[in-house]
Amino acid sequence: MHAQQQFDVIVVGAGPAGSSAALVLARAGLRVALIERGEYPGAKNVSGAVFYAPGLLAELLPTFWDEAPFERYITRRVLTFLGRESAFSLDFHTRHFALPPYNGVTVLRPKFDRWLAGKAVEAGALLITSTVVDDLLYEGERVIGVQCRRDDGALYAPVVIAADGANSFLAKKAGLQREFSAEEMSLGVKEVLRLGVRTIEERFHLTGDEGMASEYVGEATGPIKGGAFLYTNRETLSLGIIVQIASLAQQRIRPYELLDRFKQHPAVAPLVRDGVTLEYSAHMIPEGGWQLVPRLARAGLLVAGDAAALVFAAGIFLEGMNFAVASGLAAAETALEAHRNSDFSAATLSGYRKRLEQSFVLQDLRRFRLTPAFVNNERLQNLYPELLCQAAEQVFRSEGRPRKKLGSTILTTLRSKVSLWTLLRDGWQAGRALFF
Amino acid sequence: MQELASESVVTQPIEERLELVRFKVDKRPHIRVHTEACRGCDLTPCVYVCPAGLFEILGGEMHFSYEHCLECGTCYVACERKAIEWEYPRGGWGVSFRAS
Repeated sequence: MHAQQQFDVIVVGAGPAGSSAALVLARAGLRVALIERGEYPGAKNVSGAVFYAPGLLAELLPTFWDEAPFERYITRRVLTFLGRESAFSLDFHTRHFALPPYNGVTVLRPKFDRWLAGKAVEAGALLITSTVVDDLLYEGERVIGVQCRRDDGALYAPVVIAADGANSFLAKKAGLQREFSAEEMSLGVKEVLRLGVRTIEERFHLTGDEGMASEYVGEATGPIKGGAFLYTNRETLSLGIIVQIASLAQQRIRPYELLDRFKQHPAVAPLVRDGVTLEYSAHMIPEGGWQLVPRLARAGLLVAGDAAALVFAAGIFLEGMNFAVASGLAAAETALEAHRNSDFSAATLSGYRKRLEQSFVLQDLRRFRLTPAFVNNERLQNLYPELLCQAAEQVFRSEGRPRKKLGSTILTTLRSKVSLWTLLRDGWQAGRALFF
Repeated sequence: MQELASESVVTQPIEERLELVRFKVDKRPHIRVHTEACRGCDLTPCVYVCPAGLFEILGGEMHFSYEHCLECGTCYVACERKAIEWEYPRGGWGVSFRAS
């Protein structure tokens, strides 16, 4: 074994989870290899992308917001129920999200991921790009390194952190994660459209570096389970749909056709008008929630970020990068502890799960574990957004005739398509999923 | 009520969209399809889920390409017959996103 092929920790995947972990470990003086299959960190990575709770990074980089390549900070959140030709929005502005470290920021992943990995390199991590890790190396039951797809590609370390993304072959090969079903995975497709700084400020009522995160349900994805998003970057929009794979296959509509359909909705078309498409991208998202979270550790191995399905897709919440960073930090702390005690057993590394259980990562996923099923409810996906728009139309319609009171107008519209019993049951489910 | 939203769809061909994406195409395919398993598959989920439109049934036979794969992995999750073998392309090859 060559001396340079022996590391203290090997991190696979230079996304937010992997790079955060590598940064902490390198700072602590460990020899860290950070392996990335893309030509550069972020080359293979796609998300909306709003990075919520970026303040997590302040622990590592106290004034990160001065130098991180953020696009805009989010001061406006919009949730829209789309009917066929109408839209009902909840539109929330707050200046309270406009102070560092900010509540959420938009990022472009090739830029942001490259920057964060660069911080790990500055701290002393060895970044190895253009390299695929095909397998783990074992000594008995214990993981002792990785096999890269290249000549002489064995690298050794007593701890490996698999942060290799939604298609984590390592988590599966290690027997921690199972095969996925098409019901628990989603496909996101996205376009980045250039509009220019001025147009974005004017069109979305933003000032300076303020930004908007806007999500859509209902007609956004036609009869297919899922939703759509529109986020403001500095001079571009990130616009996309996220759909359940099983539903997409059953309905036989291609994702890019669905994206076009969303772009042409009368409530969306004026927002994207004259946008020049710069790039089209796609990514699979483990949206299954709590039931998809695998075993997180075995002797010599920890799994972090998307590889561990740590994605919080719970109705009004759509978060992943913060879960990735938090799990990367927890994995790094666990690996540090293992090094201090020179003990890399499954028992020691199980401290990783305990750390995540004490943080928002597993608490949020567990608390909102009923939400994915609720969000995939047929009526919530298709019927209620349309009915909500119809009810609003009735309420706001002026015809020079006597009006009914609002309750009666709304209830009549809803009950034209759903029984009172179903309404109550769905209301109760919504409550269980999100409110209490 | 007019059916504006779904009836007046103008779609941009997927080929045009893929022209915006940078690919470094490896000679060695990273997708393998056991096409004999595709015969008689009525659902053909791969045809409908692939965001790059890489799968097509022509004359009852499965045709596919890997060159413009966006590397999402959706095809092999969607295929109920487990006919699709999918792995990461060699390091540095395949898609590189720049603006996303």
